[in-house]
Amino acid sequence: MSTDSAPAAQEPDHPANHAPPPRLAALFLAFARMSLAGFGGVLVFARHAIVDQHRWMSADEFNETFALCHFLPGPNIVNLSMVFGSRLRGIAGGVAAFTGLLLPPTLIMTVLAIIYAHFGDVEVLRRILAGISCAAVGLLIAVVFRMMTPLLKRMDVVVLILMLGVFTAIGVLRWPLQAVLLVAIPLSIGVTYLMRRKVAA
Amino acid sequence: MSSENPIWALISTFGLMSLFAVGGAAAAVPEMHRVAVDVHHWMTDKQFADAYAIAQLSPGPNVLIVTLIGYAVAGVPGALAATLAMCLPTALLAYYVSRLLSRPSQSHWPALIQTALVPLSIGLMAASALILAQSTDRTFVALLLTAAVAVVASITRINPLWLLLAGGLLGFAGIV
Repeated sequence: MSTDSAPAAQEPDHPANHAPPPRLAALFLAFARMSLAGFGGVLVFARHAIVDQHRWMSADEFNETFALCHFLPGPNIVNLSMVFGSRLRGIAGGVAAFTGLLLPPTLIMTVLAIIYAHFGDVEVLRRILAGISCAAVGLLIAVVFRMMTPLLKRMDVVVLILMLGVFTAIGVLRWPLQAVLLVAIPLSIGVTYLMRRKVAA
Repeated sequence: MSSENPIWALISTFGLMSLFAVGGAAAAVPEMHRVAVDVHHWMTDKQFADAYAIAQLSPGPNVLIVTLIGYAVAGVPGALAATLAMCLPTALLAYYVSRLLSRPSQSHWPALIQTALVPLSIGLMAASALILAQSTDRTFVALLLTAAVAVVASITRINPLWLLLAGGLLGFAGIV
């Protein structure tokens, strides 16, 4: 929410160069700040802080690191904090960024959980949460739609069938995730590989 | 598993789940729902939808819905255990893999695998939307609100927080 153009950021210009590696406390604070600013997703704020504001990494380095975290399992942004921190300051830096990212919002979430446990049945809160839930689902649909647009434009039938298959298996039939992915991931990789070869040939 | 210590059930459930959570937190929501509501009966359908709403409304990574699930199961220790179990193993895995790959290799396999995972993660997120919609959109007005938010968020760049607050306001007014 708060814009990140805080004071203290105005250092002399390092043209096309990195800032010196941050201290552990600075790393912790930077990740805590981007985490608390990140309503509905931290990635945008993380990129802004790391590349634009602190210049700890170049845009290319950021993309490379994010691609790695995206293709590994687990919450991407959490993986990102660990990898970033450790690239800058070793494992201690990784831990500092990881705790910075997770500690403050976890505490907030725990407090909210306590409040919900006590007042979750209060009629007014119930109604408010019901309204927010509806909007939250709408937001999720919008994200899905935005991610789907490039696939729809390419009209890649096999890819669309794979997507629909996973949607049906998990959303409609409610099959366990592990079983579905155990089939879907090798299948999708195989199909992608074959299509690449066909294009190249 | 549920007959044992609930903390262990949380750790083993979310630790294992995180290793299969390709495509981020939103893609893991159906599995969380299946485990927490259908398998272990830790929460009702309604409570799960509420937890999702709270996690969306709060700052921080959206994966922290597990903090709320953990709290519902075993209080504050449960909240912390679920959060760490969901976040730490894959973060360490990412750390080791990034050290192995500290130089970008010439191999095209990482890019290929990533391309292959895209349709699967979109399918998973669509499934999340369907499962959540089935528990929240029980009235026509609620369905209308979801559809309206979906359209507005798709075609404008409005901050999502405003749409969530608008939903809360409509709920407060008793319209939804």
